[in-house]
Amino acid sequence: MALATVGLLALGACSSEGGKKAEEEAEGTGARLKIAMVTHSAPGDTFWDIVQKGAKAAAAKDGAEFLYAADPDGGKQAELVQAQIDKRVDGIIVTLAKPDAMRDVLARATAAKIPVVSINSGQHESARLGAVAHFGQDETIAGEAAGAEMTRIGAKNALCVVHEQGNVGLEARCAGARKTFRGTMRNLFVQGANMPGVKSSITAKLQADDGVDGILTLGAPFAATAVDAVKEAGGDAKIGTFDLNRDLIASITSGAVAFAVDQQPYLQGYEAVDQLWLLRTNGNVLGGGRPVLTGPAIVTKENAGRLEAFANRGTR
Amino acid sequence: MTRAASSGVAEPPVAGPGPDERLARRSPLRRLLGRPELGALLGAVALFVFFSVVADAFLRAGSFSTVLYASSTFGIMAVGVSLLMIGGEFDLSAGVLVTSSALIAALTAYQLTLNVWAGVAISLVLTLALGAANGLLYVRTRLPSFIVTLATFFMLAGLNLGVTKALTGNVASDSVRDMDGFDSARAVFASDMDVLGVNVRITVLWWLLFVAVATWILLRTRTGNWIFAVGGSADSARAVGVPVDRVKIGLFMGVAFCAWFSGMHLVFAFATVQSGEGVGNEFLYIICAVIGGCLLTGGYGSAIGAAIGAFIFGMTNKGIVYAEWNPDWFRFFLGAMLLIATVVNLAVRRRVERTS
Repeated sequence: MALATVGLLALGACSSEGGKKAEEEAEGTGARLKIAMVTHSAPGDTFWDIVQKGAKAAAAKDGAEFLYAADPDGGKQAELVQAQIDKRVDGIIVTLAKPDAMRDVLARATAAKIPVVSINSGQHESARLGAVAHFGQDETIAGEAAGAEMTRIGAKNALCVVHEQGNVGLEARCAGARKTFRGTMRNLFVQGANMPGVKSSITAKLQADDGVDGILTLGAPFAATAVDAVKEAGGDAKIGTFDLNRDLIASITSGAVAFAVDQQPYLQGYEAVDQLWLLRTNGNVLGGGRPVLTGPAIVTKENAGRLEAFANRGTR
Repeated sequence: MTRAASSGVAEPPVAGPGPDERLARRSPLRRLLGRPELGALLGAVALFVFFSVVADAFLRAGSFSTVLYASSTFGIMAVGVSLLMIGGEFDLSAGVLVTSSALIAALTAYQLTLNVWAGVAISLVLTLALGAANGLLYVRTRLPSFIVTLATFFMLAGLNLGVTKALTGNVASDSVRDMDGFDSARAVFASDMDVLGVNVRITVLWWLLFVAVATWILLRTRTGNWIFAVGGSADSARAVGVPVDRVKIGLFMGVAFCAWFSGMHLVFAFATVQSGEGVGNEFLYIICAVIGGCLLTGGYGSAIGAAIGAFIFGMTNKGIVYAEWNPDWFRFFLGAMLLIATVVNLAVRRRVERTS
């Protein structure tokens, strides 16, 4: 019987639907799954590099093929998603930093029966736009955690350094921090793509107002810049930050940066790919239609040492 | 200065027998080689074949409509920008002007609770006024347009964010999706239709229309002659009576018109407008025009060339995705392509100048 089946297959007498082949494909043992991620990242961003590492690790484990594309401009990001739909990938992972720009193209993905998972930003829009699951950090909750930490380190008059215009997630972090911070906190806009500009903006602000005793940055590279700016301007403003990278762990260990609020980008990439694989092979959905939180995880001098090895290989 | 020097020149005495070489008919091949868009056309064909071979998904009808859509979003702006470059000027504010235009429409319509068409009209008037302001600043100050529009670029980028934040308390405009007139405006600016089973975005049709109109203006009207003349040599053009200032202001307003249209597409495709977007796009428009054969020095180029340039840009932009290459390299390919395209254009033109 088995021989006969093999023989028939060899003759090309395959059924185009159903049967064992379809079952095998559904189990993921057939054709390799092709999973695409389209984010709003600017090129060469550490954070998104870690997300990609997580996604690649999951893809390797699941035997899936992982594709990545990114554009900070909402309209262009939508075009990139459309290109993935044209390619008929098996699953799409998107960030929803600009949810209105993604609305129509995600409807097209749904129409093409391609499952979508959202990560990082856009937890409130995720289900409405047709994503099966969302992995990210609730920016308000993370902001509140950061505000409490800023209070704990003794700051009274703090700056919240916003490095990306047009990202509602960053605004929500500052708003959340302001809620729990027992002092005054003002936003400072800087241009994230231009690091010397970020430094001079913070320095200028510190020189103009020597009452500032705390700085909250919203990305790891900006914390290092804030450390330099404080050195340059003098004074003893304490620094806390969102996100983590290798250099930051060292800064936390040395005490230059007081704390980091990590949203565990590796998890966002890893879980998103794994979710699509689980959906395909076992029909599983995580989170029950609600966002699955990957943070905030607070890193301070006490636990930084344990993470050093992971940060060194670029996965934390 | 290829088109404006034919009239009013006294006929010098013809020396010796034989036909006057200036009156000789050029062979069709040589005429073809003299077209500014030739290099770009060859490049487009080569690129199309290349991506068809390396990317399986590239030749699908759906993919092609995505490529055309991407091309049209740059191409519409490249129409205005290429005319301006033929007229010898730059507009570095073109990228953020698109965002400004979109914000004006979305913010006025939402804040004043107007029909969105009123926002569209107000945006048209104000955007054209911004274009005219660019032109007037250039004409009055005689500073290079590069400097003038660099200044307005920063000012507009600041205004976009500052005004949006002041009015909405947020960095993006409020959604106009459920307001009166949205659906009809979307039908005009951001709809799509099925043509023979292929999804065609309406921006592609508008793009083709704008290219046709611009080509007609350039090749068939007195205004077209003036544009070539002021770009070739503004002083000579003024000396023979071309209203140089009016032409330049008009060209800046042409860019503004294209920016208005692109802005309306943004509003009605996405309903909200991010105030920080558009920065950097001005260079992409210039790239499209340059790949299409426009000279940075002015006086030479075509709108069709810029359209082919935009198509090349769209193909590369999406072809890299279809080919599943590492996107980290995207800008490298873009730069290499720009270099190759301009070198080919230069070589073609030198060859034509030597042999004709």
